[in-house]
Amino acid sequence: MLNLKTTPFHKRTSALCQPQNWRKWAGYFVVGSYEHVLDREYWAIRNSAALIDVTPLIKYVIQGKDAAALLHRVTTRDIHKMKVGQVAYTGWCDEEGKMIDDGTISRLEDLTFRLTAAEPNLRWLTMNAVGMDVSITEVTGDVAALSFQGPNTRKVLNRVAEKQVDELKYFRLMTNKINGVEVTISRTGYTGDLGYEIWMDNKDALKVWDTLMEVGSDYGITPVGILAMDMARVEAGLFMLDVDYTSASHAWIESQKSSPFELGLDWTVALDKKGYFVGRRALEKEKREGSAWRMVGLAVDWVGMEKIFGMVGLPPQIPGSAVRASLPVMVGNVQVGYASTSTWSPLLKTYIALAHLQRPYYEIPAGGEIGTDVRMEITVEHHRQYAPAKVVNLPFYEPEWKKK
Amino acid sequence: MTSSNTYDAIIIGGGHNGLVAAAYLARAGKKVVVLERRPIVGGAAVTEEIFPGYKFTEFSYVVSLLRPEIIRDLELPKHGLKILPLPSTFTPMENGDYLAAWDDHDLTRRELYRHSPKDAEAYDEYARVMARAAKAIKPIINLIPPDPSSMSIRDLMGLLKVGQYAAGLSEKELYAVAKLATQSSADLLEEWFETDALKGTKAASGIIGTFLGPRSPGTAYVLLHHYMGEIDGAFRAWGFAKNGSGGVSGSIFNAAQALGVEIRLNANVKQVKVKGGRAVGVVLENGDEIDSKVVMSAADPKRTFLQFVEQKHLPDDFVTSIQNFRTRGSSGKVNIALSKLPNFTALPYTGNPATGAGRGGANSVLHRGAVSISPSIDYIERAYDDAKYGQISKRPYIDMIFPSMIDPDMAPPGHHVMSCFVQYAPYDVEGGWDDAKRDQLGEAVIATIEEYAPNIRECIVGMQVISPKDIERIAGITGGNIFHGELLLHQIFFLRPAPQWADFRTPLKGYYFGASGAHPGGGVMGAPGMLAAKEILKDGF
Repeated sequence: MLNLKTTPFHKRTSALCQPQNWRKWAGYFVVGSYEHVLDREYWAIRNSAALIDVTPLIKYVIQGKDAAALLHRVTTRDIHKMKVGQVAYTGWCDEEGKMIDDGTISRLEDLTFRLTAAEPNLRWLTMNAVGMDVSITEVTGDVAALSFQGPNTRKVLNRVAEKQVDELKYFRLMTNKINGVEVTISRTGYTGDLGYEIWMDNKDALKVWDTLMEVGSDYGITPVGILAMDMARVEAGLFMLDVDYTSASHAWIESQKSSPFELGLDWTVALDKKGYFVGRRALEKEKREGSAWRMVGLAVDWVGMEKIFGMVGLPPQIPGSAVRASLPVMVGNVQVGYASTSTWSPLLKTYIALAHLQRPYYEIPAGGEIGTDVRMEITVEHHRQYAPAKVVNLPFYEPEWKKK
Repeated sequence: MTSSNTYDAIIIGGGHNGLVAAAYLARAGKKVVVLERRPIVGGAAVTEEIFPGYKFTEFSYVVSLLRPEIIRDLELPKHGLKILPLPSTFTPMENGDYLAAWDDHDLTRRELYRHSPKDAEAYDEYARVMARAAKAIKPIINLIPPDPSSMSIRDLMGLLKVGQYAAGLSEKELYAVAKLATQSSADLLEEWFETDALKGTKAASGIIGTFLGPRSPGTAYVLLHHYMGEIDGAFRAWGFAKNGSGGVSGSIFNAAQALGVEIRLNANVKQVKVKGGRAVGVVLENGDEIDSKVVMSAADPKRTFLQFVEQKHLPDDFVTSIQNFRTRGSSGKVNIALSKLPNFTALPYTGNPATGAGRGGANSVLHRGAVSISPSIDYIERAYDDAKYGQISKRPYIDMIFPSMIDPDMAPPGHHVMSCFVQYAPYDVEGGWDDAKRDQLGEAVIATIEEYAPNIRECIVGMQVISPKDIERIAGITGGNIFHGELLLHQIFFLRPAPQWADFRTPLKGYYFGASGAHPGGGVMGAPGMLAAKEILKDGF
């Protein structure tokens, strides 16, 4: 049989997945949605506690005397500044300063890091490690991972974990025990809400899942598939490889590539760090000269939508999940960019999109919230229409408890 | 008189409509004060911790009709509004079976098919006809009701608009609307369906807040009123607000405050001050006086016109209309704190953490949605028969939800709260409302639920019974009618609250009326407050 892999949680997730909605993720099957309608799963992220199987995330353990040096060289962050127990989100680029992939780096021990990635990067890492005293091991299939997201997650962890998580700060990690099982808990996620990611050995996966589900039921724990997470990540202004940008290593043509600046990752590009890193020269140049593109938020005007749909006698029709389709964005009759993911935000009650706009249309006045008036293509009864929208700062939504 | 006690506008009543009106006026740059007689804002849309750790939305309990433009204009999501899904309706039946409507269309049709293949098919068409009818009359919600007897340009234009909407309907839709306007919900539903539990559950939404039974003409319209919320597509504002109805009021309160609205609690208005035939402020019960250019009441019509204003300032026929405005409260509320969830024999839960069915039924599917005790139209009509003659229904219609299943923060971990809307509990109950009558209402509810969930009594750790008299006493709504006046054909649109005065103005200059007793009516909708504020601004001051 030519089956994809299943995760160590499959026994539980498959029993709960009512609509048989499965998605492929890095060679694994994961649940797209557990229920026929996404509402409850989405709201678990925003209102209670969402349990998401994120095992397929590609994971490398990078170990050795030169582990920090390798990551310092490959990624745009200043790795030498990272303390043990710290997590850093980063992108990494090719020589031209174009993004290859993005993920998180966890400093597990002084000489041990875990790097997550959307796609396999072993070859790239190995090529950059020539002459270094470092080992790079892929552990994707050995380490199970749960993303635990939502405002009630801290309360649940405090009930199940041996050590309290109250002191665990945003983008920090700790070792802990859940029902006797050794886990690493990091204060990270892909939803822009309060949340944690729990890393454990494969063999312990079900024990951790069951413990969380049992105790979490008092706090509204809900198994959540990746489709609801996809809506939340757009609200949080977080992009996805192969959806919102193309890896420089897969791009067919130059214009498919994006720099970290173009994706709004300025804060992750440590141009002040010491020494060489891949793409440094190109990124310095782009920093000086400004970027041709930039990822921004678009908030589509509901009244405008009502008007456009009203012309054919319909109330606005909105897809029930995030749309991964490229939609032209116009100013007047000129195309100035495109939206790469759009979704209805059940919380903001606004149709929102991650969009890539050309200079100068992406500019938002300093200190301002709202910039250019644009129009985004939508299809109304098989006809192409343009809905009025505003350029806004990302993220669309950031609750006060996200970093608290 | 210091200038700090002088405002552009005074809003009497800090319920959701009062707060909405205040926010819209402040948004237009006006200096506004809201006077609320209770120590909390929200009016009938409040959440209170009745038993320590258990929070209840004491009166209203779901959001269905909150206007999208209000959510948008006042940026309520930024101020904390979260409308959580209430995915299903579960109706246990007298024969031990159940009928469920799930959030997935195919699941629901499958479920209906189990009871009647014919109904399963008819259901889709029925939903379409209702949605089209609702869509056809929806523009009326945001219309200032024109006075059909007036020859003013504004009213004539308004009438023309209504005519245009009607003309835009197909013949079929026009008939549907005409029928809906006059039929009883029983007649309407019997044309479509044969399954008793389906008809009973649908008919129930046609009697909510009225003192009518499902066989009374006019109830079909109320059914339609409830469909309005369903046609905003993705925008739908139907569900349970985070932190209950108090969460809705709270977000409007936050928005109003951010716009600079001042809110005074424990400020009980005694009377509207009148000078030269114009409202110029109010006098509080404690003797304080507050001056303003305009005054808007967000209280019920009777308090607004019969209590706050001396009758000499109002024309006699107007006063008579208000006196005759029907505000008979017909429903009560039973709020219950639970140590665990009651188990319904028709669809018992089995706790299995491995498969996600958590402890104490925490992941039980039916408890996430509404549970409706409405096994048939006859059942509800019989409940009405009791009430017609001044009795509490022996077996009432109950609309139950478990707020803690939707928002776990409503109860201590592992515990739950349960909200039971009960009809009929007549305001004019024989012998009057007292503790014994309240107990009787509570017992009727528990005994009824017990027939479908035998373990209910052992789950209860606390119970609050609210009669229409309590609604009147606590929320200040005369007659305890949840809509401030029944949604009857002779009490809607240009007749709400009185002929010629449905445009939020009143016979007293400078005095406005923007509450559920005004067009387009009740429910946590906010439209009267918004529309009134817009009319106030149009008049200029």
